[in-house]
Amino acid sequence: MEINSGDTAWVLVSAALVMFMTPGLALFYGGMVRTKNVLAMLMQNFVCLGIVSLLWAVALYSLAFSGGNDLIGSFDLAWMHDTLKTAPTGISLSVPPFAFMAFQLMFAIITPALISGAIADRMRFSAWMWFVPLWVIFVYTPVAHWVFSPEGWLFKRGALDFAGGTVVHINAGIAALAAVLILGKRRGWPTHPMVPHNLPLTLIGAGILWLGWFGFNAGSALSGSELAATALVNTQLAAGAAMLSWLLVERLRTGHATTLGAASGLVAGLVAITPCAGFVGGMSPIYIGLIAGAICAFAVSLKFKLGYDDSLDVVGVHLVGGLVGSLLVGVFADAAFNEGVAGAPGGGGLIETGKLDLLGEQALAVVATMAWSFVITAVIMLVLKVVLPKGIRSTEEEEETGLDQSYHSESGYSLDRV
Amino acid sequence: MKLIVGIIKPFKLDDVKDALKELGVNGLTVSDVQGFGRQRGHTEVYRGAEYEIDFVPKVRIEILVDDGDVDRVTSKVVETAQTGKIGDGKVWVIPVENVIRIRTGEAGPDAL
Repeated sequence: MEINSGDTAWVLVSAALVMFMTPGLALFYGGMVRTKNVLAMLMQNFVCLGIVSLLWAVALYSLAFSGGNDLIGSFDLAWMHDTLKTAPTGISLSVPPFAFMAFQLMFAIITPALISGAIADRMRFSAWMWFVPLWVIFVYTPVAHWVFSPEGWLFKRGALDFAGGTVVHINAGIAALAAVLILGKRRGWPTHPMVPHNLPLTLIGAGILWLGWFGFNAGSALSGSELAATALVNTQLAAGAAMLSWLLVERLRTGHATTLGAASGLVAGLVAITPCAGFVGGMSPIYIGLIAGAICAFAVSLKFKLGYDDSLDVVGVHLVGGLVGSLLVGVFADAAFNEGVAGAPGGGGLIETGKLDLLGEQALAVVATMAWSFVITAVIMLVLKVVLPKGIRSTEEEEETGLDQSYHSESGYSLDRV
Repeated sequence: MKLIVGIIKPFKLDDVKDALKELGVNGLTVSDVQGFGRQRGHTEVYRGAEYEIDFVPKVRIEILVDDGDVDRVTSKVVETAQTGKIGDGKVWVIPVENVIRIRTGEAGPDAL
C-alpha cells in the first residue's frame, strides 16, 4: 500500500497519546497509594518507558510482528535491522512501518505498568526491574503475537481484539492476580485503613488516560478514517456510560457517589470498549459501558471476599473489564461498522447474526491468554523470589518506613521544609 | 508566666485569633494536629470498602501569657471557640519556668 500522510499523521499522534498514558497511569495509581509510597509507584510505571522501549527495538517488536509461526515471531527485524522499511508480516499498512512499530511499542510499555497497581507498597524495586523485562519478553510478546499478528494462532482462528482487550487488559489483569498471590498481602491489610493520599492526582491521571485512550483505540484503526472516528466515538460513549453506572452502583450500595468511583468507572468503560472499539457501533458502546461500569463496581469487592491484596484493583478493573469487553465483542460486533467483521467466525456478533461462533472464539482467546499469563507470571515471580538475593518482598522495616525512603532515598512531598 | 494550650475546631481559628488580637495578645503559635476525645472519628469509603478513620483534624494554639492575663485569655478562647457540639476541644494552662526573646536575649515577663 501507498503511504498516506493523513493516516501516518494520525498514527504518529496516537503513538504519542498512548505514550502519555503511562505517565497518566502513574499519576492515577500514585494518588491512590499512601504518601510514603507515591514515588515508588510513579517509578515502577516510568521505568517501563525505558526498559520496554529498548527491548522492543532490540527484539520484541520482531518477535511479536515479524514472521515466525503460530506461537511466536522471528528475529528477522531484531536489532532494528530493516525495521524502517519492512512491513510487519501480513499487515498492509498505509503508514510507514516505523509508525506502526512505535505505536505498538506504547502498548507494550503500558501493559506491564498496569501490574504495578496490584503489587503496590511491598515489592522490592530491584525485583520489579527484573520482573518487567522478563514479563514483557515471556508473556506480553507471545500474546501480542497470537492476537495482533496475522501469523498468530488466535488471529488465524478469527478472535477479534481491536486494541488490546486480551493483549493488554486481561493479560495484565490475570498477571496481577498471579503476582499478588505470590508476593503476599501488605502488612496490616485489610484491617488497617490504607486510603488514597492524593485523589486529585488520581483524577488528573484518569483524565490523561481518557485522552490517551483515543489514541489507544482510534489509533488502532491505523488510518485517519471513518473507522477511527467510530472507534473514537465508541470510546467516549463507553467511558461516560461506565462512569455513570459505577456511580449509580456506589450510590445504591454505600450511599455516596465518590470521585474515586467516577475515575474507576470511566477507566472500566475504557477497558471494556478496548477490544470492541472498531467492531461495534450505534448504541452498543453505551450498553457495553453501562454493563462494564456496574460489573466492575462489584468486582472490586471480590478481593476482600477471596482474601487477595490487589491493592489498586487491577484485577477488578482490568481483568474483569477486559473480560466483559472481549466477550461482548462476540455479542455486539457488527459488519455495518467494520466490513472486516463479516469475515469473522459466524460473520459477526450474536445480535447481528444470531450465531455464537464469534463468542466462542472470543472465549477461547480469553482463556488461552489467561492461562498463559497466569502460569508464566507465577513462574517469573517464583524464580525471582528464589534467585534474587533479597527476594521480591520488602522487609517489614522497609514496608513500615515506606518504599520512597527505603528504595529511592526520596520524599514525595517536602512541603514542611523550607 | 503560663502557656495556654487550646485544641479547637479548625474553622474556629480565625474567630479565636481575631478575638485574641482585640484582647491585646501579642503572639500565638498554631499547628495542625489530629486527635479525638468524645468525638468519634468518621467513615470514608473507597471503591465500596468502608474505612474507620479514628482521628479528626484539629488546630492547636499556644499562647504565652503573664499570670494575670490567664483567666481573661482562656475565657476568650472558650467563648469564641465554642459551638456547643461535641468536638469543641479543650484549653489548658501549663506553668512556664522561663521565656527568652531570641532577638534581644530579654528574659522573663519582659520577653512575653
